[in-house]
Amino acid sequence: MTALFLRDLKLSVRAGGGALIGILFFLTVVAVIPFGVGPDLKLLSRIGPAIVWIGALLSALLGLDRLFQAERDDGSLDLLVMQETPLVLTVLTKCAAHWTATGLPLVIASPLLGLFMNMNETAIGATALTLLVGSPAITFIGAVGAAVAVALPRGGLLVSILVLPLTIPVLIFGVSATYAVVEGPQPFLPPFLILIALTLFFAVLGPAAAALALRNTTD
Amino acid sequence: MSDISPAISRFSDLANPTRFLALSARLIPWLAAISAVLFAIGLYLAFSTEGDYQQGDTVRIMYIHVPAAWLSMMCYTIMSMSAIGTLVWRHPLADVSAKAAAPLGAAFTLVALVTGSLWGKPMWGTYWVWDARLTSVFILFLMYLGLIALNRAMDDPSKAARLTAVLILVGFVNIPIIKFSVDWWNTLHQSESIMRLDGPTIDAQFLWPLFTMALAFTLLFFTLHLMAIRNEIWRRRIAAQRRLAARMAAREE
Repeated sequence: MTALFLRDLKLSVRAGGGALIGILFFLTVVAVIPFGVGPDLKLLSRIGPAIVWIGALLSALLGLDRLFQAERDDGSLDLLVMQETPLVLTVLTKCAAHWTATGLPLVIASPLLGLFMNMNETAIGATALTLLVGSPAITFIGAVGAAVAVALPRGGLLVSILVLPLTIPVLIFGVSATYAVVEGPQPFLPPFLILIALTLFFAVLGPAAAALALRNTTD
Repeated sequence: MSDISPAISRFSDLANPTRFLALSARLIPWLAAISAVLFAIGLYLAFSTEGDYQQGDTVRIMYIHVPAAWLSMMCYTIMSMSAIGTLVWRHPLADVSAKAAAPLGAAFTLVALVTGSLWGKPMWGTYWVWDARLTSVFILFLMYLGLIALNRAMDDPSKAARLTAVLILVGFVNIPIIKFSVDWWNTLHQSESIMRLDGPTIDAQFLWPLFTMALAFTLLFFTLHLMAIRNEIWRRRIAAQRRLAARMAAREE
């Protein structure tokens, strides 16, 4: 499992910068928003957390179709399915590696983008913290979409359509926890704990469903 | 096969598409007729009873809106049960059922969204708010469309069915969210007033037409669902015949 984790990590870092492209996309999405809504700094700092979250969500989706596609192409996916370790564990490991390679850089890059959005320190910290606990959930949900789409010749767009509706709860609670810190009379902890619960819940459900889907595509 | 109980053997008898076709051919006229009668009664009741003292005539939208919303969730539940049937028992009709139900569910969800929006304008002063229940039903609509798209994106029907089934089951988490959204989040949409443990809080005058309409909608759904399943079975048979004919033609050359 450690070997698989390291292998996936190395592959995604070396193979044409999957992580880098994700961050670039993140940067571009966030940079486009001020052109759309106007350079009003007050407005930007108010909607900043939401924009950073949406940007992170979209760029997390960007690399998802790579999760199983390369293995499918060179045939090693069949080996992963047939080996003795439970497929659920394999998928979980691959998700963890994928998140470390593409999700974690987004979390690290988010404070910089928070500065662009004229957010104050607490808002930046809260956004980064909620992204840190919330973005694994996106990867786990996305794994289901990626596994379903391996069988499709061009599944990238379809993955986004299938996965986005399911990630909306994560987005809701991530943003509401951030807003609770920045403005709210509401406490920060309840939405934050729900966010953690969502991540844990999808950490169980996502790999199990993805493993089921993978097994069905290969036989 | 003497050791299986009669109930199970009856259920697995239905796995034979020919028997299913014969049975559904007998069921559909009855279901359609009862549904039509119930619609007539329900619509008569809906238009003859008085309007609400507060909402006036717009309350009659409820008789379409609430049954459609119920059905949008019931249809997804039926699809989830079909998905389990596909994945666990490989029941040959389960995937046909799930595939046939998806467009119906999308249609009922759309009806619920549109009527709700038309009802919301005079009552809340806006066509749309991002309230918990509205948003979760909207997500349900998107999921129906995504599932239809996924099912149509693959050529092999059995593979498509199994992959769609996985996604249907994952998406089922949304159903309890819709059901309890009005209780968990205190928002604009009114809270549950019919399926309550302490009995319905809605006036009996509205409850009866609503109940009749809900039953009519449910039977309409089952009629359409059975017809869609029959269509799908015939479509697959025609596809199989075509393949056979093509193979024969290729052999003759």
